[in-house]
Amino acid sequence: MIHDQADYTREEEAVHEPLLSEKGEGTVDVREESPLPDDLTREELTLPAPSEPEIARHYTRLSQMNWAIDAGPYPLGSCTMKYNPKFTEDVAADPNAAVHPDRPDRSVQGNLELQYRLQEFLGEIGGMDAVTLQPPAGAAGELTGILIAKAYHEHHGNDRSEVVIPASAHGTNFATAATAGYEVVELPSGEDGRVDLEALEAAVGDDTAALMLTNPNTVGLFERDITEIAEIVHDAGGLLYYDGANLNALLGRGRPGDMGFDVMHYNVHKTFATPHGGGGPGAGPVGVTAELADFLPSPRVRETNGERGYERFEPAESIGKVHGFEGNWLVLIKAYAYIARLGDEGLRDAAAKAVLNANYLAERVDLEVPYGPFHHEFAATAGDRDAADVAKRMLDFGVHPPTTKWPEMVPEAMLTEPTEIENRSSLDDLAEAFDLAYADADEALETAPNRTAAARIDQVGAARNPRLSWQALDGE
Amino acid sequence: MSGSPYAPHTDAETAAMLETIGVADEEALFDIPDDVAFDGAFGIDARTERGIRDECARIFGRNADATEFLGRGHYAHYVPSVVDHLSDRAEFLTSYTQYQPEISQGFLQALFEYQSMLVELTGLPVANCSMYDAATALAEAATLADRTRSTSGDVVLVPGHLREGKRAVLDNYCAGADLTVESYPMDDGIADLDALADRVGDDVVMVYAENPTLRGCIEENLAAIGEIAADADALFTLGSDVVALSVLEEPASVGADVVVGEAGALGLPTAYGMGLGIFACREEHLRQVPGRLVGASEDAAGDRAFTLTLQTREQHIRKERATSNICTNQAWVALRAAIHAAWLGPDGLVDLASDCVREAAALADRLDEVSGAAAPVHDRHHVREFAVRTDQPAAPVADDLADAGFLVHVVGEHLLQVCVTDLTAGKSDDLVAAFEEVI
Repeated sequence: MIHDQADYTREEEAVHEPLLSEKGEGTVDVREESPLPDDLTREELTLPAPSEPEIARHYTRLSQMNWAIDAGPYPLGSCTMKYNPKFTEDVAADPNAAVHPDRPDRSVQGNLELQYRLQEFLGEIGGMDAVTLQPPAGAAGELTGILIAKAYHEHHGNDRSEVVIPASAHGTNFATAATAGYEVVELPSGEDGRVDLEALEAAVGDDTAALMLTNPNTVGLFERDITEIAEIVHDAGGLLYYDGANLNALLGRGRPGDMGFDVMHYNVHKTFATPHGGGGPGAGPVGVTAELADFLPSPRVRETNGERGYERFEPAESIGKVHGFEGNWLVLIKAYAYIARLGDEGLRDAAAKAVLNANYLAERVDLEVPYGPFHHEFAATAGDRDAADVAKRMLDFGVHPPTTKWPEMVPEAMLTEPTEIENRSSLDDLAEAFDLAYADADEALETAPNRTAAARIDQVGAARNPRLSWQALDGE
Repeated sequence: MSGSPYAPHTDAETAAMLETIGVADEEALFDIPDDVAFDGAFGIDARTERGIRDECARIFGRNADATEFLGRGHYAHYVPSVVDHLSDRAEFLTSYTQYQPEISQGFLQALFEYQSMLVELTGLPVANCSMYDAATALAEAATLADRTRSTSGDVVLVPGHLREGKRAVLDNYCAGADLTVESYPMDDGIADLDALADRVGDDVVMVYAENPTLRGCIEENLAAIGEIAADADALFTLGSDVVALSVLEEPASVGADVVVGEAGALGLPTAYGMGLGIFACREEHLRQVPGRLVGASEDAAGDRAFTLTLQTREQHIRKERATSNICTNQAWVALRAAIHAAWLGPDGLVDLASDCVREAAALADRLDEVSGAAAPVHDRHHVREFAVRTDQPAAPVADDLADAGFLVHVVGEHLLQVCVTDLTAGKSDDLVAAFEEVI
């Protein structure tokens, strides 16, 4: 099962691939070349000037030093690294879809129709009454949802100052609440890894604007008391926010809207298989109940009355905008194509196989998994080993390791989400990589990885002496 | 085919796996109470791959076949094929954030190179490897100003000509930071310097200016704006785009503390507003930067290597005290922009930007000759776009132009705005003819 990870090194120069700037730069005298008066221009511009063949080789070599879903298992917990169907790229590349956002409604009916259809799909999947596609990422979706909660409370004359968030939640939840101007109340996890109802009762009150909850939570556990949780939050006058990061576990089996959630975001780059692109672009559409529909960002898309067609409109109490235009359009097209490809049965099966794979893999690994029953992901513990070191050693066995040392409720956590795309043999390989690394000698762990493009990288040095551009490397 | 086509399990495999786990069926794996379990249907029919391609082609075919002389913040230029072919390599497209740098050197280096290009274009030493778009980048600059300025103020000053959507995003972030957004007046398409100087005081934490301005005018008083801001200890944030930056005054040279804007003018086609936010700043704000930063380091073998760095600024470590909530960003678009910039090289980039200036001037002159139209409205140099005054009300003129297959912006009762790039310059004659026809 062991195979070399992508590597390419020019040993004689101690670099893996030269920087574009090291391959040759050009300098242009801008004042000579531009038609503008000198006082409106810069003096010169210096940038790499590679030929197209050089560019092709440069980026091909770089790509060969990069792990990816198409290269092998990528069980990064909480990130839902599932296969990105190729055809969705072709659908999104349709030149007829490549239009400017300021087109009047009548000349952009195609885009409006696709937006409308995707809004409808997402509304059904989440059990929500109204959907906006505008937020360009999950965290942007969170901010949208919390701004909607804020506008809702203000509209009803309630000045609420706090957002309650379980300690095990994604870091974005906390940062989002702060960005929206809220104080964060951190909710300790119960002994079973879920929300402790008594602690929740104590945490919520007149100041509670919302509870942000991921379900299944970040160790894969379904919040069984979700009905009681919703009741407690609603009785206090707060709203219930659903973080859609783990929606892949629920497709066709549970809908946030049916569980009492008032507002949610969808991570289409997770659940709906749009490519993660090395860190984005994603998209974070937001769904709400009918009661909150008037607060959604502007514009929304609806069917026109009477005649066949679609139009944009501004919701009555709209929070305004969270992206300059319509969000990450090309990503949204891919999400539509994926959902349409799977349909009801396929979506339901995706959840089933994602949960099956996580449970099978957990059964196969030697590491202990303290909490359960989990769904699409599990948090194994590396026990007295350093989870980060175990992860580095896993790199040598031809897989991407899980998310490490998070969530903190599991000591030396290895949060693992294989998704539905792995078959049994690939999961067996993955389990073997876990076990080999976990059982390896201390020295092997500390010096790993050895079969990768770069050996262990000095993180502390990078932060202590930040060199963030090739200009900063000059003279070294 | 009733299951997911991307879940590879055979029935026998599924059965064997269930047996290993020790449960009877897949349903037994779900711990969802009956009262919240969903047993209904979404009503979404599965389609074939080919069926979806046909369906979407049919849907997008309903967009009118029109030539877009549209800009106002969303710009596109010809994207060479090499950008698609290299960025679509699955090793880039299907990877994620570089949490394991030892197997992510390729993307990290590409992002490091992107940051470096922005450092050259802005003259500022720090550039992150992306925000969502120009609007959210501007909003993040305002919250950075709030965190870093020593003044007790809470006002963010923005140009009177600011795209409505950008202002709306800024308002949302500023509300959360208890900041107030006010606008300063314009003088013939650029900042009214006297009015700005009168307004700026202790209560101002940030002064924002754009170059080019929303009307496409080159801002002539950047250094003076920078001085006004510096005198009040306010942050000077400058908005621009990656193409314009290649010829216009270097932001660092006019005193900009932060540069925001759009880099999606490279690497992306016209994409319904999808973008790539620029964020660059001075060294002193390094630890307040939002989003991802790639830094150079060394690996255990002593070789140069790259890694995400200064992550203690970020949400996954610092939680509610993070500099921003951003996680997933626009990394792949940054890769595309960098490939596009490399393909153009400095000569190609300066040529492209220079053509944006020449084409705008040439088209404005020709529209000015049309009876009933005057252009450019503002007596300035322009990049790509300019305002046109029409004797007749502008909205019906734009409608008639749309009927003739040409789209322009309506920006006032008697004002249109026209944007011309390398993609549309070849249709300038036709646009002029259409203007003559409809007014």
